[in-house]
Amino acid sequence: MQLWLIPLFPFAGFLVNGFFGRRMSKLAVSLVACGSVLLSFLWVLKTIAALGAPEAAYLEHYYSWIQSGALNIGVDFAVDRLTEVMLLVVTGVGFLIHIYAVGYMAHEGGYYRFFAYFNLFMFFMLILVLGANFLLLFVGWEGVGLCSYLLIGFYFLEKFATDAGNKAFIVNRIGDFGFSLAVFLIALHFGSLDFGRVFSLVKDMPVEARPGWITAICLLLLVGAAGKSAQIPLYVWLPDAMAGPTPVSALIHAATMVTAGVYMITRSAQLYLHSPFALNIVAIIGVATAFLAASIGLVQNDIKKVFAYSTVSQLGYMFLALGCGAFSAGIFHLMTHAFFKALLFLGAGSVIHALSGEQDLRNMGGLAKKIPITCATLFCAGVAIAGVPPFSGFHSKDAILGAAFEYSPWMYWLGVVTAFMTAFYVFRALFLCFFGSYRGHHHPHESPLVMWAPLAVLAALSLGGGYINVPKFLEPMFPLAAESGDDWTVYVSVAAGLGGIALAYLFYVAAPSVPEALAGSLHGLYRLIYNKYFVDELYEEVVVRPVVDGSRTLLWRGADASLIDGAVNGIGRLARGIGGILKFAQNGYIRDYAGWVVLGSIAVVIYMAFHGGAR
Amino acid sequence: MTLLDAVLFLPLIGFAALLLIPKQSSRGAALILSLLVFIVSLGLIGPYWFANPSGYVFTTDAVWINSPPIRYHVGLDGLSLWLVLLTTLLTPISVAVSWKYIDHRVKEFYAFLMLLEFGLIGVFVALDLFLFYVFWEICLVPMYFLIGIWGHERRIYAAVKFFLYTMAGSVLMLAAIIYLYNRAGTFDYVAILSQIETGRLAFPPRVEMLLFLAFFVSFAIKVPLFPLHTWLPDAHVEAPTAGSVMLASVMLKMGTYGLLRYCVPLFPDAARSSAPWVAALAITGIIYGALVALVQPNMKKLVAYSSVSHLGFVVLGIFSFTQQGLDGAVYQMLNHGISTGALFILVGYLYERRHSLEIAAYGGVATPAPNLSAVFLITTLASIGLPSLNNFVGEYLVLQGAAAAHFTWTAFAALGVILSACYMLWLYQRAFFGKASEGVAHHVYDLTGREWAAIVPLIALMVWMGTFTQSFLPPIRAQNARILESARRLKTERVQNLVPEAIRAR
Repeated sequence: MQLWLIPLFPFAGFLVNGFFGRRMSKLAVSLVACGSVLLSFLWVLKTIAALGAPEAAYLEHYYSWIQSGALNIGVDFAVDRLTEVMLLVVTGVGFLIHIYAVGYMAHEGGYYRFFAYFNLFMFFMLILVLGANFLLLFVGWEGVGLCSYLLIGFYFLEKFATDAGNKAFIVNRIGDFGFSLAVFLIALHFGSLDFGRVFSLVKDMPVEARPGWITAICLLLLVGAAGKSAQIPLYVWLPDAMAGPTPVSALIHAATMVTAGVYMITRSAQLYLHSPFALNIVAIIGVATAFLAASIGLVQNDIKKVFAYSTVSQLGYMFLALGCGAFSAGIFHLMTHAFFKALLFLGAGSVIHALSGEQDLRNMGGLAKKIPITCATLFCAGVAIAGVPPFSGFHSKDAILGAAFEYSPWMYWLGVVTAFMTAFYVFRALFLCFFGSYRGHHHPHESPLVMWAPLAVLAALSLGGGYINVPKFLEPMFPLAAESGDDWTVYVSVAAGLGGIALAYLFYVAAPSVPEALAGSLHGLYRLIYNKYFVDELYEEVVVRPVVDGSRTLLWRGADASLIDGAVNGIGRLARGIGGILKFAQNGYIRDYAGWVVLGSIAVVIYMAFHGGAR
Repeated sequence: MTLLDAVLFLPLIGFAALLLIPKQSSRGAALILSLLVFIVSLGLIGPYWFANPSGYVFTTDAVWINSPPIRYHVGLDGLSLWLVLLTTLLTPISVAVSWKYIDHRVKEFYAFLMLLEFGLIGVFVALDLFLFYVFWEICLVPMYFLIGIWGHERRIYAAVKFFLYTMAGSVLMLAAIIYLYNRAGTFDYVAILSQIETGRLAFPPRVEMLLFLAFFVSFAIKVPLFPLHTWLPDAHVEAPTAGSVMLASVMLKMGTYGLLRYCVPLFPDAARSSAPWVAALAITGIIYGALVALVQPNMKKLVAYSSVSHLGFVVLGIFSFTQQGLDGAVYQMLNHGISTGALFILVGYLYERRHSLEIAAYGGVATPAPNLSAVFLITTLASIGLPSLNNFVGEYLVLQGAAAAHFTWTAFAALGVILSACYMLWLYQRAFFGKASEGVAHHVYDLTGREWAAIVPLIALMVWMGTFTQSFLPPIRAQNARILESARRLKTERVQNLVPEAIRAR
């Protein structure tokens, strides 16, 4: 099947653009970048056409990567139904965003560099979903993190951009710390890192077996997933990551990379099924993140920041689904989210593009007539994310909330409140952007075809994507839970979404003075939320500063320079001191030497007199 | 005379030749000679290419001194193979990076470099304890002069500190070697090892521990293992680029090589019982080195402290006493040689442009020098263990091996992986990103052809060693299996072996 061709195309694109891009025309760079992803997408289609819907994973072994002791880690790719969904999302949405970026980046410096990184990202992302063992997954995992770092810091002249890049990489490294410990434990207990081997061993365990080490593995994997997928407590990097160009936010920080954690946990579902405790933690973290991030999203003024917190929140939904054991619902939402969130970001990019870089919602307004296509597509995304039936978000969110209700009603209710907030903040942003009168001073212009065509495709997918029945497709891997008979849970969540839209309309179109007054009267709460609960400040004070200051004063100046080197130099001085005393005995004067001989003789005589020596 | 003898003595011949030929041609001669050594040394892979020989290849065993019986006994195995090649690869690279950097006493500089190569190869191939000690000390001399003559302002302090620190350790080792000779009647490593393995030579636990410690301290200083590391930052900061490269890439490996070659197989019980506290020191070094690297204002010091951290992984791997730990340790020795060597080369390039090692003097280098920045980035990524580059493989195997020994070791050591990202990326941000200051924009230019040539082989190796480990691991694996085998035998087993022989003697 030549699965290796799928990641190879973008890698070749990376090499060409990376090495020769500087001397190539922009057209050639874009052709290489988009063409390679298109080829990869076509190869995915061909693969899926040939494999159909496989019951078991189709595996290709290429070579042995690391072999030591009993451990043999191969470079193997595998495709099963889960991988097929991921491949389609990654290459399909990825291709659309590549096309869009051709227009968006047209006037930016470092054009070839951008597309080289973009292709490299596709390469690593495809390794991530194709890899057939944990270590290969980790290669893709860290590789996409690298590309994320490079693209967040794409405008490397700006300190905030490179700061954000560092933050993303380092916070992810904290997550990877957990991931790698999980990998070590898996290798210790299973003697292998191959998915096939590990999961078949887990399957052979008795259903009721709940060993503590599996819980440990699952919780450590969750740490990794929380880093990559921006969950509590490691979500802080994602909002800052918006410093990168908007197509990056759409591709990496909305549609694909940040969902890697969801994919990884789904992939390890067999392990999690033996640890209800870990699953419960996944659900709690998911629902808490969904709620917290949505609340922050309510008051942000930067259009990209609103959508960034929305991404964190929606990822929380996916984690909630996984935690409830509804793995296929999580993947379903992963797909629909890829459609509508990519669209939201690309649409936001189109707005920003139209306003020559303006991102503040307060300086927008009344753009519906000036950029009608962008406006229409963004509203498609809006109704999708708000869970309005029959659009895509409704189907996947419904699947998640249904599972949550079965699992634990309070999680369902928290999810419903989050759905309400989601609808509110998205439509707040859309109304502020497109309704009312224009508050800025640029001359808005509609984006070119190369940008709005992908928007249109994604709009169609956002509206109709809910009818791609992912849970049914994944059923052989993840059996569907029995449908609950209660229809009212669906009505409540739909009502929450519509209510959110209505309230946003009331606040930002019908009576625009209300939000100001509300912010004024709830000043303390508003300030707390607006400043994102001061979590960044907390981390800075509790983690970063103590580590840096402690290293400088205690370890470097204290232990290293004073203590250890002090001791070393002290020994040196001591040796010199002793030598300095002894050198008086070696002064070269015969007279002194004779004196020493006399003294010595006297000493010997005295000694012998007292001890009666020569008997 | 074997190929190995040729590889060993060509640098010595080069040393003599460089002293004789005129000054103006010494640079070119050094480059040609060191490249010649490298090409010849590639032949050493031969036996491992076609088969996987057990034991030593290319052995020569001849009388050097009659009484006491000191032999010129050299040989190559899976452990020394890549270390010799690392030495012969980095010597021509060191010549190339010194091309413009060294502008006075040029002839002596390259002569010392060749002498250093001779000593280093000797350390890795000697199979006679006394011969080993001689090579060990030979290495000190050229490095002392490389730092002391061609170094920066505080070069004398650094050189003396380097010399005394390592001498202090090696004196202990010499005493232990002489003790071993008195007991075994020979200096021959292979003979002594077989005596210990068969139980003919056995020590009471206290004595074995003392002997182990005598070797261990000497090697630990060289590694350097926390808290014996404070000579390293000074030596690196003051050394010229080539000195730093050879010091970090190859000389530090003398210590870890010694641990694997001598400490573990000769004194297995002492080594095993010391494992907990050695691992504790290694893990402390990993975290401590990383934290101190984080706050260094000087680039070379930062890289030096990062070496303390990286070498901690090597020691941890060795003292995990697992196949993966040992394989990872040896792989990590090579990885560190390549990626840290490359870092020192690149810092040297920056110094040649801006004449400062302070990070604050840079900022915005990416704008005037995109290629230099790209190469520096790849090296940074290798150094922080990005999967698909070389260091990841070593770190992974070390941590996996340590996890089999004690999972808590791995949990703490893996913190070093987070911290390495912190200090390297922060360095990279401060030096390369942002707007170029006037000084940077004015002085910093992109890589020249000579500089490309010196760095590209290392970059290629980073990728190769990260993706196709099977090209390198099999000889290492086989040799480590043997080391573990001799370290696995418990003392009781050796005493049992002794009995039939005693009966036979009667």
